[in-house]
Amino acid sequence: MKIIVPVKRVIDAYVTVRVKADQTGVETANVKMSMNPFCEIAVEEAIRLKEAGKADEVIAVTAGPAQCQETLRAAMAMGADRAILIQTDDELQPLAVAKLLKAVVDKENPEIVMLGKQAIDGDHNQTGQMLSALLGWGVAAFASKIECGDDNVTVTREIDGGLETLKLKLPAVITTDLRLNEPRYASLPNIMKAKKKQLDTMTPDELGVDIAPRFKTLKVTEPPERQAGIMVDSVSDLVEKLRNEAKVI
Amino acid sequence: MSVLVIAEHDNSSIKPSTLPTITAARALDSDVHVLVAGAGSDEAASAAGKIHGISKVLHCDDAAYEHGLAENMGQLIAKIAPDYSHILAPASFFGKNILPRAAALVDVQQISDVSAIEGADTFVRPIYAGNGFETVQISDTPKMLTIRTTGFDPVKSEGGSAPVENIDSADDTGLTEFVSRELTKSERPELTAADIIISGGRGLASGENFEKLIEPIADKLSAAIGASRAAVDAGYVPNDYQVGQTGKIVAPNLYIAVGISGAIQHLAGMKDSKVIVAINKDEEAPIFQISDYGLVGDLFEILPELDKALSA
Ligand SMILES: Cc1cc2nc3c(=O)[nH]c(=O)nc-3n(C[C@H](O)[C@H](O)[C@H](O)COP(=O)(O)OP(=O)(O)OC[C@H]3O[C@@H](n4cnc5c(N)ncnc54)[C@H](O)[C@@H]3O)c2cc1C
Ligand SMILES: Nc1ncnc2c1ncn2[C@@H]1O[C@H](COP(=O)(O)O)[C@@H](O)[C@H]1O
Repeated sequence: MKIIVPVKRVIDAYVTVRVKADQTGVETANVKMSMNPFCEIAVEEAIRLKEAGKADEVIAVTAGPAQCQETLRAAMAMGADRAILIQTDDELQPLAVAKLLKAVVDKENPEIVMLGKQAIDGDHNQTGQMLSALLGWGVAAFASKIECGDDNVTVTREIDGGLETLKLKLPAVITTDLRLNEPRYASLPNIMKAKKKQLDTMTPDELGVDIAPRFKTLKVTEPPERQAGIMVDSVSDLVEKLRNEAKVI
Repeated sequence: MSVLVIAEHDNSSIKPSTLPTITAARALDSDVHVLVAGAGSDEAASAAGKIHGISKVLHCDDAAYEHGLAENMGQLIAKIAPDYSHILAPASFFGKNILPRAAALVDVQQISDVSAIEGADTFVRPIYAGNGFETVQISDTPKMLTIRTTGFDPVKSEGGSAPVENIDSADDTGLTEFVSRELTKSERPELTAADIIISGGRGLASGENFEKLIEPIADKLSAAIGASRAAVDAGYVPNDYQVGQTGKIVAPNLYIAVGISGAIQHLAGMKDSKVIVAINKDEEAPIFQISDYGLVGDLFEILPELDKALSA
């Protein structure tokens, strides 16, 4: 079984993101970039399926500029077997990414595509669901547990009031939630080994995909500032303020 | 053209997340239809008909929709999409699961988590866990949006009398089989609809402490209970308690954060609350920078005291 894991390069989750003064976007100069945390979880899960003998090849795929090679190397250092970069400097929106990924899936014929549920830059939470629609495959989004059968996969997923379990026919698309696993750190020898693994590059044109953006970003603004209030000295002071000043209890 | 809202429901009642979504729809057009797709869902459909401010309920009752599976819901929404200028769903786990599937089927780029509507094609949405807001303009039709429910006041769930029209099923895709659902049972209000929320973090140190220290206060305040990711990961409380960038987005009148440091990913889910109280033993905890009332101290002393003070 082959698993494709689409991964995205994003501003590191622990960087404080700042909006640019001219409102055209957020500051990206000299900012630490990392693999999207949900994609790391997807890579980890795919590798575990391989280690458990369920999968035999894990391919990391990303769409974006040349620097995204780093992200693919990171995925291979974790244990992905090879990688594909769909190289473009153009802006990519989720529908376009889904179309690019579909083109790769059509070439590679994996049984599972495992994505992160959300990229923490745009916070769209769409690509996996969209890809599943384009492929006509089943989808289990927000997975917190995955069990692979021979021609099916059973996925427990996070929903509004708790958990839900679905059984999907393979091939299928899965998107990962935080609690699925804890991703490993790549060891130094594995980082070295990853440098020699196969990384193929292609372009949206070669894949015959139109990636023109569908929405235009008019501006990016700062969130409304929330002022720190006051410190209270005691529980009785707090309760008094909540009752008589804020009038919320 | 009319606007369609996808109702979130459990076949017998309409979920609160549907109501602010209808408010958002009404900001676009006065002719709002609501889709109730389910199985054995007559009760939900008639409840939808009573919602204030809508002109029609589309009711599709078929076993294919019993569990709201993305494949089948996507197919149905895509089928009726050409009749609408906009299609909206709440940005809950439900809406986030189904709407992108429908959008891709009709070749539309969805706009996620809309927090404000500036025009028929112009929407505001948070990015980077709420560290920024982008205003986007989209030409695709229909415009498909998931709505951040804290951004819009709910419409009244009673007082309307919209007709219910039955529509044809788009059939079962047969791709996915529903196995089971485990819902957290609680007498408390739903997190996303609660007036008051008390949330605990890693500082609580155990699930028993949630029961012993948080629950009595929640009972007295008729509050919902929330949690940070750290508390959920440690197994103190179920996953659907999580508030934040990747959990629930809430904006109650009062949010009490206990033993929560205030990581940006947590703030992303509760920063819009009207009044925020923080209880933390570390006076440097970032949560104090956004709280209206801060109390520095040991939660194991403060919570029992608070419980007592509330009984007084
Ligand atoms: C991609 C991504 C998504 C995430 N999504 C979310 C999300 O949706 N929601 C979320 O919450 N987090 C999320 N996180 C995690 C987030 O970054 C933090 O790790 C998490 O919020 C920390 O939880 P906490 O505040 O409970 O724990 P900590 O940061 O460990 O804070 C515990 C606090 O308790 C206080 N404390 C300890 N003992 C006591 C005591 N006896 N009395 C009083 N105070 C005490 C401490 O002073 C400290 O401030 C996400 C992270 C990533 C990378
Ligand atoms: N440019 C990209 N290249 C590869 N995968 C991507 C890209 N953008 C998004 N994805 C995948 O889609 C998931 C969800 O992203 P999004 O829909 O943008 O929130 C991510 O976690 C990735 O797995």
